[in-house]
Amino acid sequence: MVLWFLILIPLLAAPLAWMGQQWSRHAARWIAIGALSIDLLLALLLWSQDHWFQDSGQGSWLLESQTSWIPLWGISLHLGLDGLSLVLILLTAFIGIIAIIASWTEIQTRVGFFHCNVLLALGGVIGVFLAIDLFLFFFFWEVMLVPMYLLIAIWGHEQRRHASFKFFLFTQAGSLMLLVAIIALALLHQHATGRPSFDYADLMGLALNSGIGWWLMLAFFIGFVVKLPAPPFHSWLPDTYAEAPTGASIILAGILAKTGAYGLLRFTIPLFPGAISEFAPIAMGLGAIGILYGAVLACAQTDIKRLVAYSSISHMGFILLGAFAGTELALQGTVMQLVAHGLSTGALFMLAGALQERLHTRDMRQMGGLWGVIPRLASMALFFALASLGLPGLANFIGEFLVLFGSFSAQPFLTILASIGMVMAAIYSLAMMQRTFFGRQRETRIAPDLSNIAFGTLLLIAVLQVWLGLYPRPVLSTTMPVMGTLVPPAPKLTRPPSEFLPSSDSFARLRGKPRLLSREGMQGVSSEAVAKENRLRRGVAEESSGSTAACLSAVVCYGGWIKPWISTSHVSAP
Amino acid sequence: MDLHLSRECSMTLQDLVALSPILHLGAFSIVIMLVLAVRRHHATIALLSFLSCLLTLATLPWAATSAPRTVTALLIVDGYALLYMGLLLSATMVVISLSYRYLKLHFIEQEGVEEYYLLLLLATFGGLVLTVSAHFVSFFLGLELLGVSLCSLIGYLRTRRHPLEAAVKYLLISISASTFLLFGLALLYFESGSMTFRGVGTVVETGQAVPSLWLGGFVLVLVGVALKLGLAPFHMWIPDVYQGAPTPITAYIATVSKGAVIALLLRFATDVGVLKIDALVHLFGLLAVCSMVTGNVLALFQQNVKRLLAYSSIAHFGYLLVALLAGGSAAAAGAEAVTFYVIVYCAMTLGAFGVVTVYSSEVGDKDRFEDYQGLFWTRPWLAAALTLSLLSLAGIPVTAGFIGKFYAIAAGVDAGLWWLVLALIGNSVVSLYYYLRLIVTLFDEEPAPATLPHERAVQSTEAAGWTAVFSLGLVASIILLLGVYPGPLMEFIRDSVSNLVMVVVQRR
Repeated sequence: MVLWFLILIPLLAAPLAWMGQQWSRHAARWIAIGALSIDLLLALLLWSQDHWFQDSGQGSWLLESQTSWIPLWGISLHLGLDGLSLVLILLTAFIGIIAIIASWTEIQTRVGFFHCNVLLALGGVIGVFLAIDLFLFFFFWEVMLVPMYLLIAIWGHEQRRHASFKFFLFTQAGSLMLLVAIIALALLHQHATGRPSFDYADLMGLALNSGIGWWLMLAFFIGFVVKLPAPPFHSWLPDTYAEAPTGASIILAGILAKTGAYGLLRFTIPLFPGAISEFAPIAMGLGAIGILYGAVLACAQTDIKRLVAYSSISHMGFILLGAFAGTELALQGTVMQLVAHGLSTGALFMLAGALQERLHTRDMRQMGGLWGVIPRLASMALFFALASLGLPGLANFIGEFLVLFGSFSAQPFLTILASIGMVMAAIYSLAMMQRTFFGRQRETRIAPDLSNIAFGTLLLIAVLQVWLGLYPRPVLSTTMPVMGTLVPPAPKLTRPPSEFLPSSDSFARLRGKPRLLSREGMQGVSSEAVAKENRLRRGVAEESSGSTAACLSAVVCYGGWIKPWISTSHVSAP
Repeated sequence: MDLHLSRECSMTLQDLVALSPILHLGAFSIVIMLVLAVRRHHATIALLSFLSCLLTLATLPWAATSAPRTVTALLIVDGYALLYMGLLLSATMVVISLSYRYLKLHFIEQEGVEEYYLLLLLATFGGLVLTVSAHFVSFFLGLELLGVSLCSLIGYLRTRRHPLEAAVKYLLISISASTFLLFGLALLYFESGSMTFRGVGTVVETGQAVPSLWLGGFVLVLVGVALKLGLAPFHMWIPDVYQGAPTPITAYIATVSKGAVIALLLRFATDVGVLKIDALVHLFGLLAVCSMVTGNVLALFQQNVKRLLAYSSIAHFGYLLVALLAGGSAAAAGAEAVTFYVIVYCAMTLGAFGVVTVYSSEVGDKDRFEDYQGLFWTRPWLAAALTLSLLSLAGIPVTAGFIGKFYAIAAGVDAGLWWLVLALIGNSVVSLYYYLRLIVTLFDEEPAPATLPHERAVQSTEAAGWTAVFSLGLVASIILLLGVYPGPLMEFIRDSVSNLVMVVVQRR
């Protein structure tokens, strides 16, 4: 029942928020914030029951709720909560509140309807994270689409019509592929057992022959990757992110992109273990391409929101890379990256929106020297630019680092390519800072600095970033049991691990008694990989900014220090 | 199986019970005709015709007690027929309640509005006959009754130019459909020596190569039916007639007329067993793909809402054919999917055209895109109903259209029609574009008040009339309800079509 509350609170608050605009100017905003806060509190309450997570995993849920829906087709209202969904629901509620605060001053027309749509979209997203009946999942998957579309189409910037169409058509095309695959799975279940079923547990046990499995996996993969997105399915993203109003951009980048990753982790990988093992290199290749492509294009942008959008593609590439690496480290890194990217991109879009509101342009060529004018905004931008480029000590670093670290054993070459993306991240992030806030002031304009509320919100995100950057264990240990089950059961070592680079697969296998082995192993890997990272990083950092280089050079000791936490999270496995 | 045929032709009481819906509707039509002679009053006649449909609807459960039953060689009353009858009667009721206000707005003088309702009932009568027909004679009579009544209905606003043009077009198309049909039926009779559907099917059953004349006859029948359904490439009349006809009649053509013909086609196809002939399966597939592509691509360029919906209806019948084709190898899923899709399609089409009807004013139909700009901010409920219908037509969840499309895809996947399913998906994506275009227009900034005098807007809101609003609300809630909780209807359909499906199973 709690699970239904999580979904229904935003959905039911939505019409209330719409009506609220008649009562007072800010009623809609407060209703929306209130509903999401209740959700956040509920989720936190669930999270505080820590002992649960030890025995959760794929197929064994912490909380479950099942009611029959369309018995003829074996469809039921089946919700389940485990560590992964819980973390993402926390993120959803939090980012949702951020999005509402970010649109506090920007949205002045049709306030009620705006917040109605925000709540509907978020309700759908929470449903996506909870549904474990595939039909129900698809239902929620689509439910979030229409309000999102309206948010862009009504409150977006100049090219909103074009952007909203592109968004809808791309995601819908992916969704329909997904729908066909879901139906095919259910019918295969019917052929096997005599009754159709859309239930996750039933479909997990389905034996697929490799040909069908491959096609269905591909449909599941494309359906989710469009949302993620990764090349070649990404072309909707820059337009949509740039043209959407600030609040919608935050939701799109912070939450909606995560639903794609969630789908990959929850459905694509566990449902088709056979096909995945063949397909993983391709998926990881797409991830690496996404990282580099996003980063290169981000470097070339003059529109600040497009820059953040392309950086988002780059960051989501890490998620694709990690999700298919098949090692627990990489998978854990993926989850961390989901959370960290949600926070950092959300904040960056909020800042970009604030800039646009003040300067009425997103063109960085018309900015410059703003540090003196709006110091609060500029300093927060610096912080989140650093977070986005993966500064150690902040959450993004943990995510990207773990992904690279975990993927190396699976695809060394791709991982090396991907790590170039982190270098590029430094280039475009710092270039963005340089062009907007430093340098010569273009014109003397008086722009108000961030309001206290906005500044406080950004500070809160910053604190979370630092907290997760220094102490990622809460997230990692929550999702660990789930991620553990995603690791292929019997990884075949295609090549013997070299003497100082033990395969991460072997850690995953040795989860039973890892205290001795993993720590030593980790230290070995960490010092090597970190040193490599560091060399790359330092080179870039020196080019771009001396002070940043000083910060970055802390990476070695930091990397060594963070390892025990991660390995502790291994230890806490049953 | 030929037991049915050899039965004596005298009618028993049970037969009359089984036929009671048709008999009732016929009797009511006569009563209304008599009332018309005595008292010409718009509201009375409208109410009477509405009640006739309602009472006929009430006889369905009674008729179900004696179903399935073959009444003479012409008619077969089974769960399937009764289900479609229910659909046609309900749709007619919605159209009647939409028409009342529309006619009041358009007929200022005493021009004689009342026969309109009589014609509607007669057309529905023809539709009911189609659902139960198992014989060429009843098939042709039902089709003609429907077509002739519709033709006069389309041209009913006889002082306007567009309706008359549309009526002439429909008349011509109706006649050519009939000629194709008659010639085709003659050829079928020539080869099989039988005029019942099953008798014609015996040729297929033998398993030998089908005579080419038989095949040609069937193709001609198919052309006739395709003309009536507006499947591409026989779709030319659809947009013009849809645009020209009075909007409630457009809704009627799109739902009742096409629903009845689909009911017939499904029964004809299953009874004859045509889907076992490869050539015909390919032909059906070709028609389906043609309709989907033509409908959707041409809809992209429309600037008129009624034309847009017309092209979208062409596409929707393409989707329906996919489900129908699936009936060949996986009968149960196919027939169920077709029936479910028809019901859903009727609901959403009535919703969309209903909004156009309610929104139109004395000046004329409001069917240009500009008329709908910013409608959401001036008349939110109307715009919400239209948005819901359009989303349903586009197949977005929470609406019935999604479940319908889900059913069609499921049937297609089950039958292994991968190419058709892929075509369906691709077309759905294309179709999204024009639905979204209309939806985004609804949410645009409202036009400057100069172009839209405020007083008139208020006036037309008042004139909306509770009947139309009520029926729109009903349709919208059905769309939502079927989208969220389709289980009971699915089971009901499965029970109802089981009789039809049994035929296929027996034939194997």
